[in-house]
Amino acid sequence: MPTKPAPLLVTLRQAGQIPLDVEITCNPGELLALVGPSGSGKTTVLRSIAGLYRPAAGRIVSGDQVWFDAAAGTMVSPQARATGLVFQDYALFPHLTALENVKLAARHLDEPLRSAQAAGLLARVNLDGLEARTPDQLSGGERQRVALARALARDPKVLLLDEPFSAVDRTTRERLKAELSTLHRSLEIPIILVTHDLQEAEALADRIAILHKGRTLQSGPPDDVRLRPVSALVARLMGQTNIFEGVVEQVSKARSSGRIRWRERLIHVATTGRFTEGERVTWLIPADYVVLEETSPSAGKRQVEKLPGKLIDFTGLGEMTLLTIRVGADAADVLRLTIATREARLLKPGSIVTVGLLAEGIHLMPSEN
Amino acid sequence: MDWTAFALTLKLAFWTCVLILPIAVMLARWLAWRRFTGKSFVEALVMLPLVLPPTVLGFYLLIGFSPESRLGAFVATLLGGPLVFTFAGILVASLIINLPFAVQPIQRAFEAIAPNVREAAFVSGLSPIETMRRVEIPLAWPGIASAFALVFAHTLGEFGVILMIGGSIPGETRVMSIAIYDGVQAFRTADAAVMSAVLLAFSFAAIVMVHMLARRRSDAHAH
Repeated sequence: MPTKPAPLLVTLRQAGQIPLDVEITCNPGELLALVGPSGSGKTTVLRSIAGLYRPAAGRIVSGDQVWFDAAAGTMVSPQARATGLVFQDYALFPHLTALENVKLAARHLDEPLRSAQAAGLLARVNLDGLEARTPDQLSGGERQRVALARALARDPKVLLLDEPFSAVDRTTRERLKAELSTLHRSLEIPIILVTHDLQEAEALADRIAILHKGRTLQSGPPDDVRLRPVSALVARLMGQTNIFEGVVEQVSKARSSGRIRWRERLIHVATTGRFTEGERVTWLIPADYVVLEETSPSAGKRQVEKLPGKLIDFTGLGEMTLLTIRVGADAADVLRLTIATREARLLKPGSIVTVGLLAEGIHLMPSEN
Repeated sequence: MDWTAFALTLKLAFWTCVLILPIAVMLARWLAWRRFTGKSFVEALVMLPLVLPPTVLGFYLLIGFSPESRLGAFVATLLGGPLVFTFAGILVASLIINLPFAVQPIQRAFEAIAPNVREAAFVSGLSPIETMRRVEIPLAWPGIASAFALVFAHTLGEFGVILMIGGSIPGETRVMSIAIYDGVQAFRTADAAVMSAVLLAFSFAAIVMVHMLARRRSDAHAH
C-alpha cells in the first residue's frame, strides 16, 4: 500500500561513549548524504532511524508518525517503522534466493502481489534472470542490488543506505552509483546515504550533512558546504587543503568586497561576510579557484590576486594532476590545485610559476586560533 | 532379543529428542547472543552432565524424586505418583543428562549467524517469532539436526542414571542397555550379543549422520 511521502526529521542527543548531537531533515525525493570520517557516528544515526539503536535523547518523526521520542518514552519497533535499510555488508538471508530475500520483506502484501512486487523490484535493479540464485552465487555488486531491492520491498517511508558502495570494486561502484542516481529520481521518499567518500556524496546528494564525533556541523547543498564551510574543521572534512590564517584589513561599505592581509600581502576577497576590520579570520580558497597563469591565464576578467610560487610536487590522479606550490617563506604556505595532466607535462618540478587566487572563491571563517 | 526393551528404548529416545529440542533451541539461542553476568555459571551448569558420573546424577535424582523428599513429594502430588521407577522418571533424567549434547551444537550454530542478518529481518518487518522461524532456525538447522542425532544416539546407550532411578522394570524402565546387562548377568549371552549389535548399528548410523551434517555445514560456510 503506497503511502504519502513524508519528510523525515531527526534530532539525536547523547553523551558518553557514542556521543551524538545530530539534527537532520530529509524531504521526500531528496537524497541527503551523511558524510564523516570513520567513527563519526554515521552508522549509529542510521541505526537509530531504523529503530535498531535507542539513543539517550531526541526525536525521530516521519510525517505525522513519531518513531522515537525520548521525552515521551516513545520507541516504535523497527518492524513498525517501515524503513528500508541497506546494510554495509548487505546482510542478505544466506539460505534464501534473491527472489525469496526480497519477498520476505514484502509480507505486507498478499500473493500474487507479493511475488509481483519482488520480481518487479529485482527487474528494477537490473537483476532479472538471477532470481533463483542464493547470495553465495552472486557477485558483490549483485548482492548490493538484492539488498537494495529488499530494502524497497516493504514500500518504506525512508530509504537508508550504509556505505553501500564500499564492498565492491571501482568499476562496479561507478555503475551502481549511476543506477542509484537513476533510482533516486524515481523514488518519492527521503533517502539518507551514509558515506566517508566526499566525491560519492557530491555526485549523488541533493544535500550533504557533515558529521564529526557524532555532531552534525553543517548541512546544505554540496556546493554550499564545499565552498562556504562554517568552520575550518568543516572545510578540512570536505577535503579542502588551502586554508590559512589572516586578518581582515578592509571592508567595503556594502560588505560586498574587501581585502585581507596574509603574510605581507593584501588579498582581494569578493565578500567579507560578517567579519569586521581588524578581525582575525581563517580563510579558504578551494582548489578550483586557484589558477595557474602559465596554463590558464586569468585574463584579467575577474578580480584576481597573483602570487609567485615554486612548484614543489606533482601527484598524478589520472587525467588530472595535483600540483603543490609553495607561495611563502613558511613551509605551511603551500597552495594545491589540479590541472589537466596534459598541461602538467609542460611544467618542471622546482620551476617558478605564477598562481592566481580568484577573489570570488575566497571564503572567510572564524579564526581557528 | 528383548523386543519390549527395544521398543522402550526407541520410545525414550524419541520423547527425549522431541522434548529436549525446543528447550535446547531456546537455551542455546539465549546463551549464543546474550551477555549477562553469571553466563559462565549457566554454561557450566548445562555442561555438568557431560563430566558428572551418571551414578552421581542418578543418586541426586533418586533423592529428589523420592516421595520422602520435599521436592519428590511435590512432584508426586502434581503427577499423581512418584517419578522414581517410572518411564516419566527416566525421561526426566534423560532430558537432564542430554542437555549438553543438545545445547552445544545448536549454540555453535546460532553463534555463527551474523547479528545484522537478524536486524535485517527486523527492518524487513519480521517479528522476533517470524525471524526465528524464517531466518534463525533455517540457518541453525544443521546444528539442530546434529543435536537430534547426538541426543538420539546418546539416549540409546544411557545406562547408569536409568539403572539408578528406574531400576529394571520390563516395559517401564528396562531399556536395551539394561536388558543387555541383565542378559549377561543371567548367562543369556546370545541375547546380549544380538541386542549389543543392534545398539552398535543404531549408534554408528547416528554418528555418521552427525558427521555428514557437520560436513554439509562447513561446506555451506566455505562459500
